[in-house]
Amino acid sequence: MKYIDEFQNPELARRLLDDIHATVTRPWALMEVCGGQTHSIIRHGIDQLLPEQVELIHGPGCPVCVTPLEVIDKALEIASRPEVIFCSFGDMLRVPGTGRDLFQVRGEGGDVRVVYSPLDALKIARQNPDREVVFFGIGFETTAPPNAMTVHQARSQGIRNFSMLVSHVRVPPAIEAIMASPDCRVQGFLAAGHVCSVMGTREYPELAERFRVPIVVTGFEPLDILEGVRRTVRQLERGEHTVDNAYARAVRPEGNPAARAMLEDVFEVTDRAWRGIGVIPASGWRLSAKYRDHDAEHRFSVDGIRTVEPAECRSGEVLQGLLKPHECEAFGTLCTPRTPLGATMVSSEGACAAYYLYRRLELPTTVAAVAGREVTPVV
Amino acid sequence: MSEVTDHLVTPIAPEGWTCPAPLRDRPRVVMGHGGGGALSAELVQQIFAPAYGGEALAQMGDAAAVTLGGARLAFSTDSYVVRPLFFPGGSIGDLAVNGTVNDLAMRGARAAYLSCGFILEEGVELDVVSRVAEALGAAARTAGVEVATGDTKVVESGHGDGIYLNTAGIGLVPTGVDLRPERVVPGDVVIVSGAVGVHGVAIMSVREGLEFGVEIESDCAALGSLVEAMLAVTPDLHVLRDPTRGGLAAALNEIAQASGTGVVLQERAVPVPAAVANACAILGLDPLYVANEGKLVAFVPREHADAVLAAMRAHPLGREAAVIGEAVDTHPGMVVARTGLGGTRVVDLPIGEQLPRIC
Repeated sequence: MKYIDEFQNPELARRLLDDIHATVTRPWALMEVCGGQTHSIIRHGIDQLLPEQVELIHGPGCPVCVTPLEVIDKALEIASRPEVIFCSFGDMLRVPGTGRDLFQVRGEGGDVRVVYSPLDALKIARQNPDREVVFFGIGFETTAPPNAMTVHQARSQGIRNFSMLVSHVRVPPAIEAIMASPDCRVQGFLAAGHVCSVMGTREYPELAERFRVPIVVTGFEPLDILEGVRRTVRQLERGEHTVDNAYARAVRPEGNPAARAMLEDVFEVTDRAWRGIGVIPASGWRLSAKYRDHDAEHRFSVDGIRTVEPAECRSGEVLQGLLKPHECEAFGTLCTPRTPLGATMVSSEGACAAYYLYRRLELPTTVAAVAGREVTPVV
Repeated sequence: MSEVTDHLVTPIAPEGWTCPAPLRDRPRVVMGHGGGGALSAELVQQIFAPAYGGEALAQMGDAAAVTLGGARLAFSTDSYVVRPLFFPGGSIGDLAVNGTVNDLAMRGARAAYLSCGFILEEGVELDVVSRVAEALGAAARTAGVEVATGDTKVVESGHGDGIYLNTAGIGLVPTGVDLRPERVVPGDVVIVSGAVGVHGVAIMSVREGLEFGVEIESDCAALGSLVEAMLAVTPDLHVLRDPTRGGLAAALNEIAQASGTGVVLQERAVPVPAAVANACAILGLDPLYVANEGKLVAFVPREHADAVLAAMRAHPLGREAAVIGEAVDTHPGMVVARTGLGGTRVVDLPIGEQLPRIC
């Protein structure tokens, strides 16, 4: 694939790092909003290479992590029904609901299938007219358009046995909620490039102005992230707070108008609960009334399921950058990817899982003791 | 008309943050128990080994090394449940021979005899059975191994994926060859025999109907002759592994844990074909965790590393062999990758199956 190697070039990375080191004069806290960026930062060891003064805070941008427990429970209930073929992206299968996950539902005889696109689920519905096919529609503005398109197609093609369990979330209201928190430490944002490729950047200038933070639209490869950090730090050092696009090869200011039109047709904005955080006003999408026939919550009458989340982990603090994953007392002991206490440890994009997988060398020995190993930090 | 609350944002109250209870124990088998990762290991350690394990099983290698009537034998068994039965570069028949032959080769043994059990699903076409049997026979002839015994069972329609196979194999371990992870010492050089991730991506592309621009063929091959070429340089290789399920990451973790040494991997030195890298980038997978069926990873004493690497590159199955890292005395039992940018990360044992990421 062209443009992957080019954006992982160590020599160019070194130049960007040198520039960041030369620019920074005091401590700054930056938040990368997207879980894909968190994954890339940890996987490539980018945070280790930045100046000590630049702290990266991992934001709530992992769609798997923030899907509410209540929605997972609805998914489990629907997927357990004999008439249902339940289709989902792979990484949702391991997210625990109340006592079970979709893998277990499959182990108990439920027909749960991993698909790579919502259109695959629609195809399965066409091939199985005597079964109810349900797609688990989660994610940010990136996965929402293809999901909207799929529901639109189901309706226009009269595929009545297809429905979607929707739990979509929107990034700007989350940024707003984080910035409005009195404990907020974030001084600059790396905005999620793929979200902006759909939605554009129209929603950000008002936030940048109101909270006086630079917001830099950033991509996902190592050089993209370093460039995003470089531009954010440069603004902070100059006392600026504008919206800057460091991912111009994918993002236009207006985004993708066709995708946005599809979203407006199929979805409507609603309040949405974020797992580990709580309800954020106007931060989600649900199917609009016109498409209610394809709404799995209504079709399977699971809109009555209410799950109270027991307060057992501090992922909300992690998701807002108030706590580093390894500062949580449960990290690596009670809470590991094998036995996740919270969603941030479930998904490989979750900050806690990323720390556990890639960072254990630097963490307290209790973490390694779980695996029966002593840890010596790598110098 | 959408339903939203007043646009004045309520700041998030820390006391409102909550999280779910964990999944501690799984009462039933899940797919991850067969994924070659931590769940598979727990199944063996917590259920199988206590129930029937002995000295030989405790070796926990790809094959057991046992002594019988004065002869040192390598003994291995493997079951094959791949879908689809035929894929670019091979079939379940090729896998059933090469998988077991390779498990024996990882002990330094040339496979002598195989058993082969067919579990057929009612309704499968005999033509399909015949093609699988032909492929199996051809693979056995290529590997120089004789199928000496077999068995056939039929299960009711709906209780299998057409054909499941099981093969077991035995072979003689040459004198002076002792391949096991306990022999690994800091300073050993880690060599992989070629490009990683090819088989897993080939299977995924046909199973899921995904296209990555070029057709990727499985690397399915019998590695006995490559191992012989390596042992001809020095019988003192320390350990060999066949990084199938769980990929290179699982194989290196198993060796690190069993040997009590650490492993440092130079990420950019690991040969990953562009097509595999692209497929993994699209799906959010890590090539280090993707299955291989015709590759080996070797821990070689430093003084022999250059000669062994040269012998591998002179062999058709080792042309792209590369030094990818070394065994170290720091962080025992852990595999650490040095990233292309100069950072480090821990390469952990996968939990169960690798799952495609959502975005």
